[in-house]
Amino acid sequence: MKNVQKSKRANKSLPFFFKDEFKVSFVIIFVSVVLLITTFTFDIVPPILNRGIQPATFPKALLILIIAMTLIVYYLATKNPWKIEKKLPRSFFLTVFSFVLFVIVSKTLDFFLAISALSIFVAYYWGEKRLFYLLLVGIIFPIIVFVFFETILGLRFPPGIITNIYYS
Amino acid sequence: MDNLLLMLAPLFSSKLLLVLFFGTLFGLILGVLPGLGPTTGGALILPFTMTLDPLSAIVLLTSIYCAGTYGGAITAVLINTPGTPAAAATCLDGYPLAQKGEAGRALGMATVSSTVGGIFSVVILVFFAPILAQLAYEFGQPEYFALAIFGLTMLASIGEGSPIKNLIAGAFGILISTVGKDFMTSIDRFTFGINELTEGIGFIPVVVGLFAMSEMLTQSTLINQVFNRIALKAIKLPSKDDYKKTWKTILRSSGIGSFIGVLPAEGGTVASLIGYSEAKRFSKNPEEFGKGSIEGIAGAEAANNAATGGAMVPTLALGIPGSATTAVILTGLIIHGVRPGPDLFREQPDFLYGIFGAMLIANILFFIFGFFGAKIFARITLVPNKILWPMIFAVSVCGTYSLNQSIIDVWIMLFFGVLGFFMRRYGFSVVPVIIGLILGELVEGTLRQSLVIFDGNWLMFFTRPIALTFFILSLIALAFPLIRSRKFRKK
Repeated sequence: MKNVQKSKRANKSLPFFFKDEFKVSFVIIFVSVVLLITTFTFDIVPPILNRGIQPATFPKALLILIIAMTLIVYYLATKNPWKIEKKLPRSFFLTVFSFVLFVIVSKTLDFFLAISALSIFVAYYWGEKRLFYLLLVGIIFPIIVFVFFETILGLRFPPGIITNIYYS
Repeated sequence: MDNLLLMLAPLFSSKLLLVLFFGTLFGLILGVLPGLGPTTGGALILPFTMTLDPLSAIVLLTSIYCAGTYGGAITAVLINTPGTPAAAATCLDGYPLAQKGEAGRALGMATVSSTVGGIFSVVILVFFAPILAQLAYEFGQPEYFALAIFGLTMLASIGEGSPIKNLIAGAFGILISTVGKDFMTSIDRFTFGINELTEGIGFIPVVVGLFAMSEMLTQSTLINQVFNRIALKAIKLPSKDDYKKTWKTILRSSGIGSFIGVLPAEGGTVASLIGYSEAKRFSKNPEEFGKGSIEGIAGAEAANNAATGGAMVPTLALGIPGSATTAVILTGLIIHGVRPGPDLFREQPDFLYGIFGAMLIANILFFIFGFFGAKIFARITLVPNKILWPMIFAVSVCGTYSLNQSIIDVWIMLFFGVLGFFMRRYGFSVVPVIIGLILGELVEGTLRQSLVIFDGNWLMFFTRPIALTFFILSLIALAFPLIRSRKFRKK
């Protein structure tokens, strides 16, 4: 209870633009406004082909609804501030970085290599230092999954350094 | 009589029995592992179901649903961490009882009450789904629109977390469904010149991202967390005294769970919390709750498993998912070319009653597996996250890729993983996004078709009695959280 009160007090002392409720509401409204502007670029259907409403009308209405509700959320948060969340640990950022790494490797080098690299990277930074287990999650298991999908589901994986060797 | 025979059909098919066996086993494993669960597991297994016939595929998904919901109790009792969100209320008394050296008794009660709750809900499903489907024959486009709106507003009223945040998440889900070619005019919307987006954003990348990948990110923040595991010697069936104490609670919670399940909301999670609080309200010993009450375990577990059958009622009869997992099952039905709704009851009764029968058998199977194998399943929780999650990542990536063989789908999955993490961090439930995505096309399609019927006159919606009833119910659903919070403040 004391901790909650403390965190609430701490939250009140911050300038409004540093508070989570402001940052979250701002991001939602900003993205919604950008998307709302995008809806004005949608093609307009001639009246003879139009059934009911224009294709842009429904998303427009949804985005306005989201903006309005976010403003309500922010207004309520000014009366009853959100509790401050703990700082995110390094392991979180490393995991997000591994996702980015996956996208880059899968796009430029190889899909299998990307899975393998991410698995080893994540397992290592989450605390697994034993070589056998790193090989298990990074090589043996992805091979099993790869072969399973390829043979049972008849899946063809995108071309890449290792995948090309496998298919040839 | 014919329907009863159709329900028993899975018993006479070795293939379906095998699917049921593996589905139940897999569901239990998923339920036991914290962070996974029937929704994520169902989404991961969806691509594999393409190799099965429609009935086997849905039987697999429903058996995972039933067993996964129960499996969460094992982890809740032994390590004080709910294997699934629906088992959160089980922790409150399951773990304290296990700490007293009665883990076997706690799990025995959880197993029996889950089985009774599950079977009770299948009976409700068998009786009520056809009635609801019959009613649905009266529904036109405006009624379906009003029903979908009601479903979304229910998310706000009885779903977890802030009602307005739930509504924002639901609206966001519907917005995602508008990406791609407009289904009525073929005009591109939110495609940003990316060809792959013209087909729209698939359900699998979103659900795997929001559930599995966001959970992986959540686990990345908890890698130093240490669980206090309680050793399980053997699971014990409840004693006569325990039965005497709990039979009313089990029946009450089964009823509550089935009813909550039918409402389009978060199913088991909400059901177990209400089942638990009602068990406490009616108990002769409410002071024991939170300290290892056997009634508390019975109340929570009967309710969350009863919600499984209940949630299948609107899913099969109307095509409106009753929970996040039934949203995955609904996707499975659609992928396999089965359109849920009243026509399904008339045209494919063997298919439907096969599902009902399979759910009944799954409830009996998880009782057997749970009773004899809980000790083994408890050991699964020993698999460290640093090994488990990279493996889940590999399966998630390949599963997401496999559906359309599109690398863009994998990137979308990762994007929704990060988004889902931040949504959960700031109190936005991810379940409404999934339900919104599923209902999006129905909401927009029925709205536009209704406006064609009404010649653009919005007020005509209110001249249709069924649609008007749903709109009034939606308003009540929206007002309910406000009334509840005012009452709470007054108290």
